[in-house]
Amino acid sequence: MTINRKKAFWVYFFLTVALVVILFPIYYALNMSTLSDSEAYSYPPRFLPGSHLFQNLSRAWNTVHMGRLLFNSAFISGTVALAKIFLSILAAFAFTFFGEFKGKFFFFAMILVTHMLPLPVRIVPTFELMQTFRWNNTYYALTIPFFASATGTLLFRQLFLTVPASLADAARIDGAGPLRFLRSILVPLSKTNVGALFLIEFVYMWNEYLWPLIITSSNDMRVVQIGLKMLLASEAQAADWNIIMSGTLLAMLPPLIILLVFQNTFMVGFGLKEEK
Amino acid sequence: MQRRFPNRWMPYLLLLPSLVVVVVFLVIPSIQSVYLSFFRMSPFGDKMFFVQWQNFQNLLTSKDYLGSLWVTLVFAVCVVGLGLSLSMLLAVLLNQKLRGLYFYRTLLIWTYALSPAVAGVIWALIFSPSSGPFNYFLKLLNISPINWMTTPSVAVLIIILAATWKMLGYNIIFFLAGLQAVPVELLEAASIDGATAVRKFFRITVPLLSPTTFFLLIMNMLYAFFQVFGLIDVMTKGGPGNATEVLVYKLYKDGFVHFNTGLAAAQSVLLFVFVAVLTVFQFRFTEKKVFYS
Repeated sequence: MTINRKKAFWVYFFLTVALVVILFPIYYALNMSTLSDSEAYSYPPRFLPGSHLFQNLSRAWNTVHMGRLLFNSAFISGTVALAKIFLSILAAFAFTFFGEFKGKFFFFAMILVTHMLPLPVRIVPTFELMQTFRWNNTYYALTIPFFASATGTLLFRQLFLTVPASLADAARIDGAGPLRFLRSILVPLSKTNVGALFLIEFVYMWNEYLWPLIITSSNDMRVVQIGLKMLLASEAQAADWNIIMSGTLLAMLPPLIILLVFQNTFMVGFGLKEEK
Repeated sequence: MQRRFPNRWMPYLLLLPSLVVVVVFLVIPSIQSVYLSFFRMSPFGDKMFFVQWQNFQNLLTSKDYLGSLWVTLVFAVCVVGLGLSLSMLLAVLLNQKLRGLYFYRTLLIWTYALSPAVAGVIWALIFSPSSGPFNYFLKLLNISPINWMTTPSVAVLIIILAATWKMLGYNIIFFLAGLQAVPVELLEAASIDGATAVRKFFRITVPLLSPTTFFLLIMNMLYAFFQVFGLIDVMTKGGPGNATEVLVYKLYKDGFVHFNTGLAAAQSVLLFVFVAVLTVFQFRFTEKKVFYS
């Protein structure tokens, strides 16, 4: 097939324009985090980087105890992502390798229904429940209520359904129990899905805002997203955008790194790239 | 399906952890939301009075609440419509068999990792009335600067823009995945028959993408209704006035700033009803049009 060069030109042209427009705000924000105070206020605005990145980072770091906030966010997101993967693998296994059992459809529907019950629909009672448990302002409240995953259960169920039944029969005849089968056959097969799901759930939890806002009350339990709000508030009189943007940089870097690390698995998992 | 492992209790044991979490933290609190919505807290917060439908009556006749509902609907329709059409177009361009597009794909997908709050802070900087680059560009074009912090309609436009921008990466990922299912032979056959690119897009690509579009329609709507909270809290706090006070923000204010538990619970119930109705409506509406291969 001949390559239509005129068409190719327009594709590149449109994509380049789109890329510049879409990425400009990120570029400008990152650029801002490198400017000194006076450069940040200069008019017309500066579009080229300055040399104050590290000073700004350390100022943002000290203003809201960024180290602690980053640790909290990373700990919470990692825990929730791993727990979701673990729980949904177990559930998907139950739905695929045990034939029919009583209540199977009901339980399946119940796990899927979680999609219809986002936090705002149950926020007041969930908050009160945390008070009953005395979980306010603890890691328990920030992690455990998020442990169920409809997405994960569906994803792993879909994968397990493609595993031939004869494999399970063979394992059984060889004397392997269900858990052994799960551990040595199914889990290794799920590597791609585990990678994709870890990325999705880590980013989701890292970006969560409303729940940490209401359930945490002391600064040492806050997360990075709330740190941004605190930075904005502490700089409210005359927004020191260079400091705020250094904080923003710290808040967006970890999920980006996770995205880069898992990008390949993720793209393969979504069929965007051939497995090598 | 045949029975593979003959253990009777094992499946229940495997399901137990997920079900405990779902029941304790999702199902029971949702039911309690319904229960609480029929009560009102005494001024000192020590007693609850049964008030029947009064919370709902108050909400559905209050100008504030109906205004908030209207803003939410406008916001959701714009974010979903704008976001889906823009990202579908970009995904189709990114899916062309041309050299170097992997690089574009990678860069565009990165916005997926940004949080609503981060998106909010970044756009607040871009549109900053005094020193932001947007007003600077306007000035270069001889247009008078805008101050979205004091102009309600502009504030709504800007949160729509910021919220749409934040979802582009997510939508593009799913559209790209959906496009892998569109057979290249079909498009080539259409080309040979003399179909233009525009015609191929609307007659072949859009219909074949419809399952993906449908999934994204629901995910984007849930996002527009619920997940924009961080973006709004960082950018406008519902202001100016209450121009950008979407339902979830009003719910937060009534429940956790004014501690009006019953009223907040009633809003939770209404939110659920709206989303359920919209979802059912979408199922009905798209049922005939969605093409499953």
